[in-house]
Amino acid sequence: MQKPVIYLDHAATTYVKPEVFEAMKPYFIEEYGNASSLYSVGRSGRKAVEEARTAIARCLGADEPGEIYFTGSGTEADNWAIKGAVYAAREKGKKHIITSAIEHPAIMATCKYLKKEGFDVTYLPVDQEGFVNPGDVEKAIRPDTAIVSIMYANNEIGAIQPIKAIGEITRKHGVLFHCDAVQAAGSIPVDVRELGVDLLSISAHKFYGPKGVGALYIRKGVRLENLIHGGHQERGKRAGTENVAGIVGMAKALDLAIANMDQYAGKIRKLRDRARDLILSRIPHVRLNGPVENRLPGNLNLSFQFIEGESLLLMLDMKGIKASSGSACSSGSLDPSHVLMAIGLSHEIAHGSLRLTFGESNTESDVGYLVDCLEEIVARLRTMSPLYEDFVKANKQAAK
Amino acid sequence: MYSEKVMDHFMNPRNVGEIEDADGVGQVGNAKCGDIMKMYLKIEDGIIVDAKFKTFGCGAAVATSSMATELIKGKTIKEAEMVTNKVVMEALDGLPPAKVHCSVLAEEAIAAALQDYRARHGLDSDSEYAGCPGCCGGCGRLEQQNRNGGE
Repeated sequence: MQKPVIYLDHAATTYVKPEVFEAMKPYFIEEYGNASSLYSVGRSGRKAVEEARTAIARCLGADEPGEIYFTGSGTEADNWAIKGAVYAAREKGKKHIITSAIEHPAIMATCKYLKKEGFDVTYLPVDQEGFVNPGDVEKAIRPDTAIVSIMYANNEIGAIQPIKAIGEITRKHGVLFHCDAVQAAGSIPVDVRELGVDLLSISAHKFYGPKGVGALYIRKGVRLENLIHGGHQERGKRAGTENVAGIVGMAKALDLAIANMDQYAGKIRKLRDRARDLILSRIPHVRLNGPVENRLPGNLNLSFQFIEGESLLLMLDMKGIKASSGSACSSGSLDPSHVLMAIGLSHEIAHGSLRLTFGESNTESDVGYLVDCLEEIVARLRTMSPLYEDFVKANKQAAK
Repeated sequence: MYSEKVMDHFMNPRNVGEIEDADGVGQVGNAKCGDIMKMYLKIEDGIIVDAKFKTFGCGAAVATSSMATELIKGKTIKEAEMVTNKVVMEALDGLPPAKVHCSVLAEEAIAAALQDYRARHGLDSDSEYAGCPGCCGGCGRLEQQNRNGGE
């Protein structure tokens, strides 16, 4: 029997939907002109880019298309938002950044870099479920605070942050508010007006669009220093020839995602809940990481006590199941995921974590197969684990 | 990222388990770093007649434990002491740079089990590994491996 391929890593990336690919196709060979050129083949590229801008502005609830700027990735959008804001604020003596302890590396590494440049960074803690307390944001705001950056939904544990409540606070204090909505866009409604954010990042490949294209929403009137210097593209704010096909693909993908959101979210939530309930009932010593409510519909994060995440991933891969882990071995350092540490897990439990993120291609039978495989693999790894041996011996001792 | 041999020893590890009446038991590493290796040795007339292990850790940690037990079975204590991390790595057709520490742990697990054997039998020993709780890097061994290229 050929082993199935079950992709459960949709938070890492998604495939490009065929309709999206079809929409992109003309802009590779036929309509290849530079969107900045004046002749017709360029004009059609320009038209496509501006239509995409209008569509994305509408999808995100922006007041006008001119508030959407295309970038090469979600990471670039995050970098631009933070660096652009603090560099612009520096001349006014503002040098303080507020963010959370569970941000994506695109924010974490940017803040670390800025700290070396002399900026001051406050990392707000999260509770055991992974939520930032809006009250903490208010307490952290100082006269020299240049920007607050809090992600909409966490990539590892799926916790959906109280962005609207934080937006009310930043507005009250007149502080810029950036939101990394890379994981949220396409899975849950994202409306910049409703959320009260000034800056918001998205990335196409997280919602069945192409890789290599993202966007930053910049509320009208917000001044950012430029990050990429060169030509006059994106109204002189982000140089570089427009990735016309990518931009068209992102707009098509976001349009589709929003049109089908209720159905999509309902489907993956059902699969996720079923997987969670089956795993927790059939496999002992498993912990759910992250919240039950206010969680991305496709996100499941579990820790399997006494075993290590990379071993689990390798064995799942042998069964055709593609997943992800917050263990140190998969992060390439000795420390497990900063997100799992921030919600208070011990190193040992964090090392045994598994992230499963459901999506379009998954089915009910995938869930059954996954749980069967997990049950077998976890039992197998536990028979090899000295930690499990100690646990069993301690239990026997206690029973005597 | 792993060699075929590493994957083979990970998916089909040799000598997993415990030895009830082991002559030497050594445990190294800690849960904080994400790797714990426990090695059991049965020693008769100075020869390692059986070796078993239990490991909590990544693919490389399991594979190096498995290979280390294979390499020392049937060997004298002196020969077993020659099974360094480099020997284990070569036998596995290499490890990715980030996983070299796993092979160091395997070498230390052998040494810790032999140290326990000597202690139980009142034999002389160098004290290098006595009380070593795992690779903290404090002894400089890890740095030395890295300096040597860690291949």
